[in-house]
Amino acid sequence: MEKYLYIALFAPFVSSLFSALFTATPKKLFTGIIASLLIFTSLVSSTILLIYLFKGGEPIHVEMMTWMATGDLYIPFGFLVDQVSVTMMMVVTLVSTVVHVYAIGYMDHDKGFNRFFSWLSAFVFSMMILVMSDNYAGLFIGWEGVGLCSWGLIGFWFHKESASWAANEAFIMNRIADLGMLIGIFLIYWNTGTLQYDGAFAAFHTLDPTTLTWIGIFLFIGAMGKSAQFPLHTWLADAMEGPTPVSALIHAATMVTAGVYLVIRSNELYSLIPDVGLFIASLGTFVALFAASMALVNRDMKRIIAYSTLSQLGYMFAAAGLGAYWVALFHLMAHAFFKALLFLGAGNVMHAMHDELDPFKMGGLKKVMKWTWIMMTIASLALAGIFPFAGFFSKDTILEAAFADHHYVIYGVLLFTAGLTAFYSFRLVALIFHGEERYKLFGIHPHEAYRFMLVAMSPLLLFAIIAGVFQEPFFHMVEELLRAHEYHIHSHTTLWIMLLGTQIFVGLAILYAYKKYARSGIKVPDGTSATENSFIYKLLINQYYIPYFYEEYIIRPYRELSAVFWQKIDIKIVDATVDGIAGIIYSTGEKTRTMQSGNLSTMLKWMVVGLVVLLSLAVIFGVTVRYSDGAASALSGLGVM
Amino acid sequence: MEIGLNHYLVLSTILFAIGLVGVMKRKNLLLLFFATEILLNAVNIAFAAISHYYGDLTGQMFAFFVIAIAASEVAVGLGLLIVWFKRHGTIDLDLMTSMKG
Amino acid sequence: MFEAVAFYLFAFLTIAMFYIVVTTKQALYALTALAAGMIFISAFFFILGADFLGAIQIIVYTGAVMALYAFGMMFFDTTRDVKEKQGNKYIIVGLSTLAAVLIVLIVSVPMVSDNIVALYPVADDIGNVQSVGLVLFTKYLIPFEVAAIMLLVAMVAGIVLAGKKMDLSLTLMSGEEIEDMKKEKNKKVLS
Repeated sequence: MEKYLYIALFAPFVSSLFSALFTATPKKLFTGIIASLLIFTSLVSSTILLIYLFKGGEPIHVEMMTWMATGDLYIPFGFLVDQVSVTMMMVVTLVSTVVHVYAIGYMDHDKGFNRFFSWLSAFVFSMMILVMSDNYAGLFIGWEGVGLCSWGLIGFWFHKESASWAANEAFIMNRIADLGMLIGIFLIYWNTGTLQYDGAFAAFHTLDPTTLTWIGIFLFIGAMGKSAQFPLHTWLADAMEGPTPVSALIHAATMVTAGVYLVIRSNELYSLIPDVGLFIASLGTFVALFAASMALVNRDMKRIIAYSTLSQLGYMFAAAGLGAYWVALFHLMAHAFFKALLFLGAGNVMHAMHDELDPFKMGGLKKVMKWTWIMMTIASLALAGIFPFAGFFSKDTILEAAFADHHYVIYGVLLFTAGLTAFYSFRLVALIFHGEERYKLFGIHPHEAYRFMLVAMSPLLLFAIIAGVFQEPFFHMVEELLRAHEYHIHSHTTLWIMLLGTQIFVGLAILYAYKKYARSGIKVPDGTSATENSFIYKLLINQYYIPYFYEEYIIRPYRELSAVFWQKIDIKIVDATVDGIAGIIYSTGEKTRTMQSGNLSTMLKWMVVGLVVLLSLAVIFGVTVRYSDGAASALSGLGVM
Repeated sequence: MEIGLNHYLVLSTILFAIGLVGVMKRKNLLLLFFATEILLNAVNIAFAAISHYYGDLTGQMFAFFVIAIAASEVAVGLGLLIVWFKRHGTIDLDLMTSMKG
Repeated sequence: MFEAVAFYLFAFLTIAMFYIVVTTKQALYALTALAAGMIFISAFFFILGADFLGAIQIIVYTGAVMALYAFGMMFFDTTRDVKEKQGNKYIIVGLSTLAAVLIVLIVSVPMVSDNIVALYPVADDIGNVQSVGLVLFTKYLIPFEVAAIMLLVAMVAGIVLAGKKMDLSLTLMSGEEIEDMKKEKNKKVLS
């Protein structure tokens, strides 16, 4: 089994290195094919591991080699495949295989074809390290690795100012959060003396609650950055500047869920500090609503889906914070499938519409893009949580968990958000695929994507439909590790009212969206209608003015402060010191250069000067030794005398 | 009046100083070699004197080796000097500036 | 008493000779003075009982080295005077004096001289040459051999360096010939 572990881990690495060989050359189709094959190998290995564990096999724990061993600090390159990490490995490799194949078609005409695959495979490798590591240090390496690859992929079209800006924003926001995470890791090491999961978890029971709370908070700050929780959420929507496959893989399915994975992985910690858990749940709930509200009015297809991702991450954190770790993990998995599908569908639309992102300029595309329409509709149904699609099982379980734990406020907000989710998802579908063919005004001739891209998307479609079937088996698999328990609402009546009520509520939201946006006569908004001038619309379209606030009150003062430091401290003190030292050395050299006249006689004179200096030193030395016992003993210690 | 070791050492030092003066002052390469001979001989006196006053033959041994070295130095040095003179037609130290950077 | 007289006499003579060596402008005078100085130094060795060393001093220095210098000088145009344009005389003399004073200071400090123990005491019953031979061929055998090899190397080096173009004589050649030779030499990079 260890063999499969190593294959699953290193196949993406090989793929990345292989593609990296060709980054400086024009597009080569085989890099894409070979990269996809290698990632597929990784997928097969992960599947074998999953089946092995599913049949009740022992978790696989290997130690490849020692990484650091200094004093008491011992960190190995250790890898652990247990039920949780194998789930993540499945999700990562499955979605990345699909995305790799899809990208062969999507990046068809791009100059950076080979580079794209190198980065993408590097991302998969980092993500595998993140989920498979058996200690926090390895997790952090993976964490930084995915951050780096995310930077490289958001800024993939770096010649666009906005893309490189978004890449930097994502990277910097993550640095802020990673500092928190690093402090958390340091605290763990400081208090438990180890970074291995098993050792640290065992030691947590002996620590006092205050320490645990701090550790929990700092680790969660790291998770907040990676999973784009409020207030570090602005980067995710801007990250949509990257190519769409990247958005599907990194900013929907895998990397952003790393924060959720961290909380799930540290469940032993968070179950000891329910207060922090409740905070996480509350923040998650808030973000779910907050992001969904921004998605309501946005006019950028990818951003709408990005806000939806944010909102669903909120759901996951709500579940994880309430201690329903398995539910969070299950929703993570289901969400990865339908959200990646949604993004890839959006990619098809973008291709067809020549990179047009405003759904108001589309409409009626279902005639030309039938398969994309079907896929996106099913993905949206799954996202909205309609029975029997994947989202129903995962999202309803979250609602049930909230209800069963008597957190009615969280339950209410999440339920309301489910309605909003349904509304904005179908607003998007209706605007893109139904109604009048508004795109004709812009002279665009849309076409369906390559067939193999659609075939590549089909596994995701399949899982988006049937993932709910796996709920029971999945529960039994992770039951022991996550100390999971099923959430039962004791009264059957209540349960049925809840289920039906949710379905009807969501269904109504969908119908309303269709009624409002699928009709004919939709105009491209031009900022004159009454809705667009209302306060709430303005608040939402400007993302609650949070980017503006950051720009105005954090970035600008910081820039001014930096300018002052640059002018006053860097140039006048630091630079001056360095220049001064250099100047002294330079002028010394300039002065003493005349010594080297090349005249033998002068050199001999200098030699005699050196002799005299050495002799004087010998005299001084001898006198010192003679008249000071301390120096004598010091010298005898050195073995001189 | 007893002649002690210090007398010899002082004599040796004086000769050595004379040699140093010669080394620094001479511009004629041949005379520079003479000056180095003086330096070596000054040291030899010191060795012999110490050997005598401490009743130890080691000093004399070293004096022998110094003489051997001096002889080889003269042989090689003179050879180089001749080559130099053949090439440049002069043995003036001030004109030997090919090592100038 | 005799020893003191001898010491001062020879000390004066040696210093005088060497003073001439470093001050005279005539290379020939310097050579002669140096040879005389060497012989006077051997006198110290005899006074100090190092008979063998004294003999070697006369043979090697006055016999071999000086002869070598004398022959060497034949290669040079010693009549052409090298200009002795020295810089500051005081610096030279000052530095030398300082070095001398420092050396005296060091050797006269009792710390050094107190700690000397005779490793190879001079035997009273046998002569100097015999005892020197005993030590030289036992304890110092390897340095002795090394010195022999060094001398061989130096001899070969001397022959190779000085022996090139022996067939040409700068003193017998006419000026034009020398110029031609120089030009030719400048063409090839000379060894």
